[in-house]
Amino acid sequence: MGPLIPNGIIPEQWDYVIALLIGLAFGYILEASGFSSSRKLVGVFYGYDFAVLKVFFTAVLVSVIGLYYMDYLSWLDITQLYVHPTFMQSAIIGGIIMGVGFLAGGFCPGTSLTAVAIGKLDAMIFTLGLLIGIFIFSELYSVLTPMLSQGDYGNITLDKSIGIPADIIILSIAILALAAFYFSDLVRAKVKKVFY
Amino acid sequence: MEKQKKIKKELYWNPYFGGFLLGLVLILVFYISGRGIGATGGLKGTVIATVDAVAPTHAQDSPYYAKFLEDEKSPVNSWLGYETLGVIIGAFISGAVSGRLKLKVEHSPKITSRRRLIFALIGGVLFGFGSQVARGCTSGAALSGMAVLATGGFVTMLSIFGTGYVVAYFFRKNWI
Repeated sequence: MGPLIPNGIIPEQWDYVIALLIGLAFGYILEASGFSSSRKLVGVFYGYDFAVLKVFFTAVLVSVIGLYYMDYLSWLDITQLYVHPTFMQSAIIGGIIMGVGFLAGGFCPGTSLTAVAIGKLDAMIFTLGLLIGIFIFSELYSVLTPMLSQGDYGNITLDKSIGIPADIIILSIAILALAAFYFSDLVRAKVKKVFY
Repeated sequence: MEKQKKIKKELYWNPYFGGFLLGLVLILVFYISGRGIGATGGLKGTVIATVDAVAPTHAQDSPYYAKFLEDEKSPVNSWLGYETLGVIIGAFISGAVSGRLKLKVEHSPKITSRRRLIFALIGGVLFGFGSQVARGCTSGAALSGMAVLATGGFVTMLSIFGTGYVVAYFFRKNWI
């Protein structure tokens, strides 16, 4: 039963090989979907290109439905999967800072790496900025620690946070995503085209 | 024929197709390794390794860097380090087969390359800093978090995109 490496079904030595292969697929898909172009990415904020919305939410839906189904079929134990920890204040504050960075820089970290790979100089400068930003954070870590540890909910999932069963949440996300896809096409038809 | 070939080169995947494959990759990584993907983790390893190489005493004295330097192996030699390397190779292959390998600064015709690069640097610094505050970026926190219904993943995603829509007006000159 999965996850395979944590349960010793595939030897741990393979983990880094898997990491490289997963990264390869991840990078290929992002680039092939056009995420190496900052002007395509930020289109989602101005209504002229909704590729970010469509790729992101399709990926979330496929993965969350797939993983919960595999758990239902006992192919994997979902409680063994790593759940990103929730620190409420830092998730919100970090998200706000990242949101401003997204509009100023036109990339997020993963997409900037794919753009670096195909020769975009703006992405190389953005990535340099990422390294500087991480460095500043590291230097300020001791000052920031009190703020960072606030609102610690541990590795909590949404069904436990709001007390609604996971299947209902997943169904709601699916309906919301389909509605968002539909309306994004309506918006795009109305917004002035931007050529890039 | 030549013209047709040129159009084909420019073409990106259908977003639902790309999203579907990305979803399958996420299922695969959780099924095999029991964890999600990330993008800033590999960069963090690079920063820590660089600080350790340039100023080893400073790195050892700081509890933050020291935490990552306890191991014998370099912080770059990690799961996310190899994954990041894969991302760059994968994107390079995709760009190569689609004829998109080209050194250039991509920007709106209304702004100069210089302006684009200045804003790219500012944006990068903010995104890098913010990703550490939130303990993950769009990939590690939002996408991988939401794949397993992590509450923090939803909060980070809403916070990034909500802020994006709020501030989009102020950056419009750079993009539209």
